[in-house]
Amino acid sequence: MSKLPYEVQTEPVTPMSVLSLDGEVVNPDLLPELTDEQLKEVMYRMVFTRTWDERAVNLGRQGRLGFYAPVSGQEASMIGSEYALNKDDFICPGYRDMPQLVWHGLPMYQAFLYSRGHQAGGQIPEDVHVLMPQIIIGAQVLHATGVAMAFKKKGEKRVAITYTGDGGSSEGDFYEGLNFAGVYKLPAIYVVQNNGYAITTPYSKQTAALSVAHKAVAAGIKGVQVDGMDVLAVIKAVRDAAERGRNGEGATLIELLTYRFRPHSMADDTTKYRTKDEEAEWSLKDPLIRFGKYLEKKGLWSEEDTNRVKEEAKATVNENIKKAEAVEKMTVAGLIDTMFETTPKYLEEQKADFQ
Amino acid sequence: MAQMNMLEAIRDAMRVELKRDENVLIFGEDAGKVGGVFRVTEGLQEEFGEDRVFDTPLAESAIAGMAVGMGLQGFRPIAEIQFVGFIYEALDQMFIQAARMRYRSGGRYNSPIVFRTPFGGGVKAAELHTDSLEGLAVQTPGIKVVIPSNPYDAKGLMISAIRDNDPVFFMEHLNLYRAFKADVPEGEYTIEIGKANVVREGSDVTIIAYGMMVHTAVKAADELEKQGIKAEVIDLRSLVPLDIDTLVASIQKTNRAIVVQEAQKTSGVAAEVIAQINEKAILHLEAPVLRVAGPDTVYPFAQIEDTWLPTPARIVAAAQKVINF
Repeated sequence: MSKLPYEVQTEPVTPMSVLSLDGEVVNPDLLPELTDEQLKEVMYRMVFTRTWDERAVNLGRQGRLGFYAPVSGQEASMIGSEYALNKDDFICPGYRDMPQLVWHGLPMYQAFLYSRGHQAGGQIPEDVHVLMPQIIIGAQVLHATGVAMAFKKKGEKRVAITYTGDGGSSEGDFYEGLNFAGVYKLPAIYVVQNNGYAITTPYSKQTAALSVAHKAVAAGIKGVQVDGMDVLAVIKAVRDAAERGRNGEGATLIELLTYRFRPHSMADDTTKYRTKDEEAEWSLKDPLIRFGKYLEKKGLWSEEDTNRVKEEAKATVNENIKKAEAVEKMTVAGLIDTMFETTPKYLEEQKADFQ
Repeated sequence: MAQMNMLEAIRDAMRVELKRDENVLIFGEDAGKVGGVFRVTEGLQEEFGEDRVFDTPLAESAIAGMAVGMGLQGFRPIAEIQFVGFIYEALDQMFIQAARMRYRSGGRYNSPIVFRTPFGGGVKAAELHTDSLEGLAVQTPGIKVVIPSNPYDAKGLMISAIRDNDPVFFMEHLNLYRAFKADVPEGEYTIEIGKANVVREGSDVTIIAYGMMVHTAVKAADELEKQGIKAEVIDLRSLVPLDIDTLVASIQKTNRAIVVQEAQKTSGVAAEVIAQINEKAILHLEAPVLRVAGPDTVYPFAQIEDTWLPTPARIVAAAQKVINF
C-alpha cells in the first residue's frame, strides 16, 4: 500500500551483522579493522566476563553481593561497545552495565563494593571516565546528553555513551535526551541493548515502532540496528558512531539486538515469561561461540585459551571480592559527610545520634 | 550602589558570575534570546553569547538532567525551570540525580547546579505557575533551598548559590520580582546560605517567614505595633540549611513565635521550624508556636488567591493568640 506524500515514510531496517553463526565473515565491507592482538583481547574480555558473571551469581547466592544484574549473553554488546571507545570517552551506564565500566578502567572490587551498597564503590578513580549505574531507568540518558554538551562546548574530541534497554526506550528521559542531542548536534551515542524483556515484559509490549532504532528518526539523529550477539558488528557500529561524534556530525542511536541468558536479576524466574524454545534459539547465537569460531579459524584462539582465561577470571574475581569485603564498613557519620561539600551544622548534630 | 528590583538584582548576580567564571552557563525554556518569560536573563545572551546563555527544547527533565551531565565536566549550570509547577517533570533529575551525585560517588562527583524557578501566589497567573513547592525540596537530602525576599539578599544569595559546589534550588517569588527597588551594591558580594536575617527587631513575639511572607509579616508587625505589641520578624532566607540558632536567640528574648508560610499548612517548612524550636527552645516558650499558612487544598490560581494566602490580619490574630495564651 503506497503512502500519501504527506505521510511520514518509514521502512523496516535489517540488522547489521559481520559474522555468521558459524563465525564466517558474511559482510567483509563492515569488518572493523583490528589486529590479531586486538581480536584476541576482545575474546579474552568476553570469556573473562562470562566467568565473572557466573562467579558473581554464585557470590550473590552466598550473600556476598547485593543487587546484581547478570550479563551472560550480552557480552558482545557490552564488551564490543566499550572496546570501540577511547579511554577518555565517558560512559553513563544502566544497572546491568558493570562490565563496560570495569573494562573502561573501574577497579573490579569497586563494582563489588557498589553491589554491596558501599559508597567507596562509586569513588571512581580520577582517570576513569564513567558514572556508576543508577537505578531510575533511562535517567542516565540525560547525563550523557549533558556530558556530550560539555565536550562540545569545550571543543574536546570525546564522546559520551549511554546504555539502556528496550524498557528504557519507553521512558520520557530517553526521548528528551535524543531530542536534545539532535537539536544541539551532540557527540553522544545512545545504546539500547534490546534483550527482548524489561524484567518480564516482552519487547512487543514496549513499542509499536518498526524498531527501537527508528526512534532516532523523530529526534533527527542517526539510528542503526545491529546484531548485538556479533561483537565485530557492535565494534564497527560504535566506532562509526564515535567517529561521527568526534567529527561534529552528531549523535547516533544504536539498537543492539541481544539476549540475556540468565534472569533479569537474582530474583526472577525466566520460565514464567520465556519459552525453552526461545532460549535455545538464542543460545545458538552465543557471542562467545560465534566469535570463538571465527578466531579458531584464524588460528588465534583455542579451547586451552578459554580454559586459561576462565581460571584467571575466577582468581581475579576471588581476589577482588576479598578486597571488597576487607574494606571497612560505611558509617552513618561518613554517609552524612557525603550529603554536602561542607557538612552543615544541623547534620553535624545528627551525627551525635550515631556515635 | 544602584537601585534595583529583585529581578534586576538576580540578573546582576548572574552577570557578575558569567563574567567571573567561564564555566557558568544559563539555559532553559525561553531563557536565551528573550531572557525568559519574566526577562530575568534579559540581555545576558547578547552580552555573553549564545554559547553560554541559550534556549532549550521544552523538556524540564532534560534541562535538569543535562545540567547534571555538564556539572560532571566542570561546568556550573544555572538551569531555569520556567514555572514552579514544571519542576514536577524534573523532580527525578533535580532531587535524585543531582542531589545524590555526591552520595553515589562517595564525594568523587558533585552537582554544582543552580535550579532557578519563579513561584508564589498573588499574581493571578495560570494553574501550577504559583504554587509553593519548597516543601518537596526540603524533604530531599543533598539539595539546598534558598528563597530571597528582597533585591540585596537575592543578589548575594544567588552569587553564593552559583559558587556552591552542591545543587541549590533557588526559588524566586513572582510577586517580588518588580515589587520594589532597593540599594544593591555593584559587583560581587555574597550572603552565606544558611543564615537567617532579623529584618525587624521586637521583644514580644517572633514572626518567622520567608519569601513574600516576610513582607506580609512586616505589615502585620506594623499593625501589632499600633496595638503596643513589638514583633520581631525573621526572614529565613534559606530553608536548607535552616538557621535555627537565629530563631532560638530570638525566642529566648520573645518567648513566643509564629511561623508564616504561603504553602499548605500540613507537614511543611513551618512544621519543621516548630519541631526544631521544640527541640532547642521549649523551655523558653510561654505559648505553643502557631502556624499561619495556606489551607491543605490545591492552590486556587487567580480567583480567590488573595483570601487563600496568609494576610496581615491572620498573622495579627495568631500573634494575639500566642500573646494571650
